[in-house]
Amino acid sequence: MYFLRPLMVFLGLAGLILVIRIILVPADFGIHEQGYLYGWYRKSNEQEWVNLAIKYQGRGYCQDCHGEPYKSILSSPHRGIECENCHGPAGDHPTNPLKLKKNTGRDLCLRCHSYLAYPTSKRSEIKGIDAEKHNPSGACASCHDAHKASKPG
Amino acid sequence: MLRRDFLRYLFKGLSLLTLGEGLKKIIWPISVNAALPPNRWLFLVDTYKCLGCGFCVQACKLENEIPVQANVSRTWVERYVVTPEGTLTDSPKEGREGFINNRVELAPGRYQNIPKEKIKKGFFVPKLCNQCEKPPCVQVCPVGATYKTGEGITLIDRKWCIGCGYCIMACPYGMRFFHPQYHVADKCNFCYHRIHKGIKPACVLACPTGARNIGNLRDPEDQVKKIIISQRVGILKGEYGTKPQVYYLGLSEEVR
Repeated sequence: MYFLRPLMVFLGLAGLILVIRIILVPADFGIHEQGYLYGWYRKSNEQEWVNLAIKYQGRGYCQDCHGEPYKSILSSPHRGIECENCHGPAGDHPTNPLKLKKNTGRDLCLRCHSYLAYPTSKRSEIKGIDAEKHNPSGACASCHDAHKASKPG
Repeated sequence: MLRRDFLRYLFKGLSLLTLGEGLKKIIWPISVNAALPPNRWLFLVDTYKCLGCGFCVQACKLENEIPVQANVSRTWVERYVVTPEGTLTDSPKEGREGFINNRVELAPGRYQNIPKEKIKKGFFVPKLCNQCEKPPCVQVCPVGATYKTGEGITLIDRKWCIGCGYCIMACPYGMRFFHPQYHVADKCNFCYHRIHKGIKPACVLACPTGARNIGNLRDPEDQVKKIIISQRVGILKGEYGTKPQVYYLGLSEEVR
């Protein structure tokens, strides 16, 4: 008899927690394909990730308007490099951003062309320079054309 | 007697219900197989081809809206230089600006120049989330904010994550980090928004040598699947039992 009131309080609290849980936890939160251990989540989050905007469009996007550098680079040793690697992501160009940058800094070219003598890596097979000895104050683009990837002259 | 009868009937009824469900799976297995998702993603990294240019890191940061100057990245490139005295490794700014000189960054501001004749092996290892089959990060999440989809990719629910950081501690590969803007956990998800539209992840697109490749186990013509089945590939930290889904060609014993 004497335990009834605390029991009612306890059941009331449990009921309240269950009601709050129904309100706060989204309806699609549950156990999905991978079972409870790895697949307990809110299902609509998958679509939220799919809806993220795409920024890198790939070189096919550049081909129609920028045909000349596109064709030039494809027949040069730089054919593996995507346009957006050096010029930045296209996004909705030309709507947004209006212009993509022409990066003529040395650090861009030194990423691959600073010679590193690593025997087990393809890096050592790329023609490279010692950055401190080869034209240390000038831009690479002043003598070399990146879309042709050739020695100057 | 009443309680005993009640329990008996309850037990019999429950066992009948579960038996029916189990028989259904044996007699009509098509309904189980139809639930197989159309994609199951794998990744292949060829460390012989990696140049250490760092375009992948830059592409990932811009594609996935991680602040470029922050010292966190969803993917990074490590350099290993093996000398007779030992192995030196570094990852300056996660490799996002490439490796432009021979000085290995031992600690921020402390460099070591290695003379050419001492270099026995030198290579670059790009790393990204392994999307483990048995991810420790998913097991430890207290709220269910991180999870594995049916396709095998581990995602993070930004709105549900409370930012406790347990998953960041749990990952044995160190792939997870705090997003500096949203203050929740973040990690590579194979550019989920891109692969769902049939295009390659940003890092795979950016790589000039084809060192990074994504594959689909359910696609019968998949080149990555064929390489993983037929060539000698390795995984990172196999001893943890996480069953990673990123395979490496040319993995060396110095790689941690």
